[in-house]
Amino acid sequence: MDQGLFSYLLRQGDSCLILGHRLSEWCGHAPQLELDIALANIALDLTGQADAFLGLAAEVEGQGRDADALAFHRDVLDYRNLLLVELPNEDFGLTIARQFLFDAWQVEFYGALARSSDQRVAALAAKGLREATYHERFSGEWLVRLGDGTDESHARAQAAIDELWTYTGEMFECDALVAGLVERGIAPDHRGLKAAWDARVADVLAEATLRRPADGWMQSGGLKGRHGEALGHLLAEMQFLPRAYPGARW
Amino acid sequence: MARPAAGEVERRVWDALTRVHDPEIPGLDIVEMGVARQVVVGRDGEVEVVITPTYSGCPAMSVIAIDVGRALAEAGFADARVSLTHSPAWTTDWLTPGARAKLAAQGIAPPVGTPGGRRALFGEGPVVACPQCGSRDTERLAEFGSTACKAMYRCRSCAEPFHYFKCV
Ligand SMILES: [Zn+2]
Repeated sequence: MDQGLFSYLLRQGDSCLILGHRLSEWCGHAPQLELDIALANIALDLTGQADAFLGLAAEVEGQGRDADALAFHRDVLDYRNLLLVELPNEDFGLTIARQFLFDAWQVEFYGALARSSDQRVAALAAKGLREATYHERFSGEWLVRLGDGTDESHARAQAAIDELWTYTGEMFECDALVAGLVERGIAPDHRGLKAAWDARVADVLAEATLRRPADGWMQSGGLKGRHGEALGHLLAEMQFLPRAYPGARW
Repeated sequence: MARPAAGEVERRVWDALTRVHDPEIPGLDIVEMGVARQVVVGRDGEVEVVITPTYSGCPAMSVIAIDVGRALAEAGFADARVSLTHSPAWTTDWLTPGARAKLAAQGIAPPVGTPGGRRALFGEGPVVACPQCGSRDTERLAEFGSTACKAMYRCRSCAEPFHYFKCV
């Protein structure tokens, strides 16, 4: 088995899956009907991307598991998502700020990954890029609306950006696993995505009259399976049904 | 019994596929939507149909795959295989002119502009004409609509809301 590729695909699939699940928690609770629908639609896209990445991971692993087995029958320590995406939703401001920081990264990441030497990986990235581009337009517009809105919305958006900033470093980590895939032309060097991401984020923060926090100490560990408490609670809810009723179908 | 020529089999399969509709856009069949990508007829007459999702998370995809299997069985290809591809990624460019006309007739404005182009984040959106009255004086209400492929608009001339088929 190609362990490097398998683990890398898990990282991408898990980040999409967990963020998709977080967004789905807004279903029925968003501030407006249009936003409820928008967040559910983005959740659906991300869950679909997760299904594709985890499906390919299962194929690479070749042990007879499928995307559902990987999603529902792994424990928290086996999850490889970014810490950023597992954070609780808090308020709408934090949800939108997190979404924008992630979308802006995903646009750059998928753009680079679409040139992967592995045609299967390149295809998923090219497909995801169209969706990420659309998502970024939505989250970027809303971040501007909140940042350049009332004193209350501005303060909450700024607090969200400040809180989330230390979680953005993980998106640009290039550990031995990534480096090995970079050498084979399968993955882009994640460090190389930082400058373009910075430019995208700076544009929107300026338009939103929000302050860009300084880069300092960054959180790390999610990609290696070290997670916060919140992920365990999320998985408990997400995995309950297939765990309690193995093989359930409808 | 003589086996029909591959070309004839292929024609009958494509014909069967035109009887499968996207449940979220009932007026369109999956051929004119560009969801049915390829028909492969093997040496021994075995049939494979390749379909592609419009959006990664399109919830209609599994229903479409089931419906394709059923339509093929009805056309005499009970053993046909249905497989899924992600590449090349589906684009609204693949909607046929006939499909675009049918969308408009259903009150859904067809996609405008060039998909895949990197629109500036806050650049001008495309001008979407009202499918009811044809006015170009319209505004976007929401980026997302009742299904993954639609956004919501409103016409300032006739005051009617309408769906816009998102351009990707
Ligand atoms: Zn009108």
